[in-house]
Amino acid sequence: MSVPILAARDLTKTYGRGPDRFDALKGVSLEIQRGESVAIVGKSGSGKSTLMHLLALLDTPGTGQIHVDGTEAQDLSGRRLNALRNTLFGFVFQQFFLNPSSSVLENVALPLKIAGVGPRDRKRRALEVLEQLHLGDKAKNKAAHLSGGQKQRVVIARALVNNPQVLFADEPTGNLDTATGRIVEDILFDLNRNSGITLITVTHDHELAQRFERRIYIRDGQLITSDEEHAA
Amino acid sequence: MKPLEILKTAIANSVRSKLRTTLTILAIFVGAFTLTITNGLGTGISNYIDSQVAAVGSSNSFTVSKASTNTAPGSGPQKYDPNTRVLAAGGRPGATELALSQADLSAISAVPGITAVTPVTRVSPAYIEWNGHDKYQLSVLPLSGAQPQLAAGANLDDSSSQAQIVLPVSYVGPLGFSDNNQAVGQSVLIGIDDAEGKIHEVGAQIVGIEQSSLLGVSGGFINKPLSTGLADAQATGAPAAAKNAFADATATFAPSTQAQINTMKSRLSSEGYTAQTLDDRIGTVKTVINGIIGVLDAFAVIALVAAGFGIVNTLLMSVQERTREIGLMKAMGMGSGSVFALFSTEAAFIGFLGSAIGSLVAIGLGTVVSRALARGPLSDLGGLHVLSFAPASVAGVILLVMAIAFVAGTLPAWRAARQNPIDALRYE
Ligand SMILES: Nc1ncnc2c1ncn2[C@@H]1O[C@H](COP(=O)(O)OP(=O)(O)OP(=O)(O)O)[C@@H](O)[C@H]1O
Ligand SMILES: [Mg+2]
Repeated sequence: MSVPILAARDLTKTYGRGPDRFDALKGVSLEIQRGESVAIVGKSGSGKSTLMHLLALLDTPGTGQIHVDGTEAQDLSGRRLNALRNTLFGFVFQQFFLNPSSSVLENVALPLKIAGVGPRDRKRRALEVLEQLHLGDKAKNKAAHLSGGQKQRVVIARALVNNPQVLFADEPTGNLDTATGRIVEDILFDLNRNSGITLITVTHDHELAQRFERRIYIRDGQLITSDEEHAA
Repeated sequence: MKPLEILKTAIANSVRSKLRTTLTILAIFVGAFTLTITNGLGTGISNYIDSQVAAVGSSNSFTVSKASTNTAPGSGPQKYDPNTRVLAAGGRPGATELALSQADLSAISAVPGITAVTPVTRVSPAYIEWNGHDKYQLSVLPLSGAQPQLAAGANLDDSSSQAQIVLPVSYVGPLGFSDNNQAVGQSVLIGIDDAEGKIHEVGAQIVGIEQSSLLGVSGGFINKPLSTGLADAQATGAPAAAKNAFADATATFAPSTQAQINTMKSRLSSEGYTAQTLDDRIGTVKTVINGIIGVLDAFAVIALVAAGFGIVNTLLMSVQERTREIGLMKAMGMGSGSVFALFSTEAAFIGFLGSAIGSLVAIGLGTVVSRALARGPLSDLGGLHVLSFAPASVAGVILLVMAIAFVAGTLPAWRAARQNPIDALRYE
């Protein structure tokens, strides 16, 4: 079997200290192969977002290791780490984190700006992704003036603009009506199937979870083998 | 992120919250304005002093006299020596001024570096008169390298055989002229007492009128032929020996470094002469003025330091406000160095705006005020521009303020840079 793109071993994460101490993750191990589509399913507060942040190298675990394409993440230099965040990973946050006073185009082009891409290429590439997500006509609008579903798509466009190999999406359809949610889902699966992007998605929606190749269930910071609630 | 992109983003960020940025800029403005004004004051006054100094004498000459044998209080009188000649005139009580002889002049000119030695004969005219108008007292000074600032006419010509004089502007009216231009070219008579008390009259032509000045003596400048003429008239009937005794001499030298000048000075002093350059005589005035301007500068810098805290505050608020944005950018792979650069560039930009506006307003206002003063209350001091602005020192002020702003920005910038992306994104 080839080297997994992401491998986690015995991850723990503890927030706070003393009486406020809370163990959000209690020893999570998993492997994700290149090109897989994986759903992370669990109740609210079970630690799904925390796990995603660790896997995307946005936060550091209390103990345990993460290997990215065979490399131990802790050994990465700051520069390499930033390059990974910028080009290897795309992240769709549960809250959108759009800059409301900037235009949609500027929001989407931000990762390219950070990467040092020139203004013309930035604009071209950002418009391309926006077209792909049926938002070409909103490029010049202020991000604040969009509907929830449009914002969700802008955030996905921003995650995709730098052609990442791994796309993390934290409840990408949670804020959407069924029809729009369906469109966004189709876009994500299309990327997974046709562009070979590894897709890691957090969801509450069991119907949606069934569309993924693999599901990872989490409860109280630990992985469980099956969806007990629904099995029951 | 590319440097140009960082600069653009920093500028865009600083204009995002206009009111806060404006207030910070205002604080910096006050400091930069003050600093530019004090700087202009320094430049203006020292320019004026330099031009005034040039009017009094040349910078590459010594005034040499015999080291006076000061009678220190309580040390008793000096023993008489038939070989030293004493000048009767003037001096502080207790100090005896010794005369220079022909032998002294040759000794001075033998000092390496000295190119010429001219004895200074003191001539004391009794009066000056024009065309039968009232007579006025007059003191005169040989030119010896001085460059008087003229209000009308031309400078003296030492090589001409004609007796010439440059008069201060204050003599124009009293002597009976209607204005400066009428006086130029007119012949005047200068009366002088000889050794026996008899009055001789020597003719001279007015070639120029000197602006009133700060350091200038209120007397006329005379050229060589006139000075010789007056000296001869004054010496009529005096014993021959007195003719060859001089109070002091002007020793000129080729343009030299300060070290060379010091060597010549110590050489002269080891031979028993006192040598002073113009700078020695003017130096104290300059030191006092520089001191005053230094104090003013210090106040301006205090204002700037206060403005620096304003910058710290503004940027800390802006870092706080943009915590999530910083988190997002870091999550997308922006390095800590770039985040730091972004915020410190913003600080430097705010500093640049404040100081550029402050300096420009100071230059504009200062120039207007300085012109008004030169025309009004200070019109007696011709050529004085109280405020003048040298491009280099204005640029220096702007750079200094930017540096202060940059330093002030480092604390907030560092706080922004070290944030963990997820913690920053969670910030509510
Ligand atoms: N910064 C923090 N400080 C303290 N506790 C935290 C922090 N972040 C998360 N937690 C706690 O860790 C647990 C897991 O949080 P996490 O955000 O991973 O949940 P989640 O599974 O994504 O839930 P949801 O489906 O509601 O998004 C929660 O109980 C939460 O209160
Ligand atoms: Mg979550």
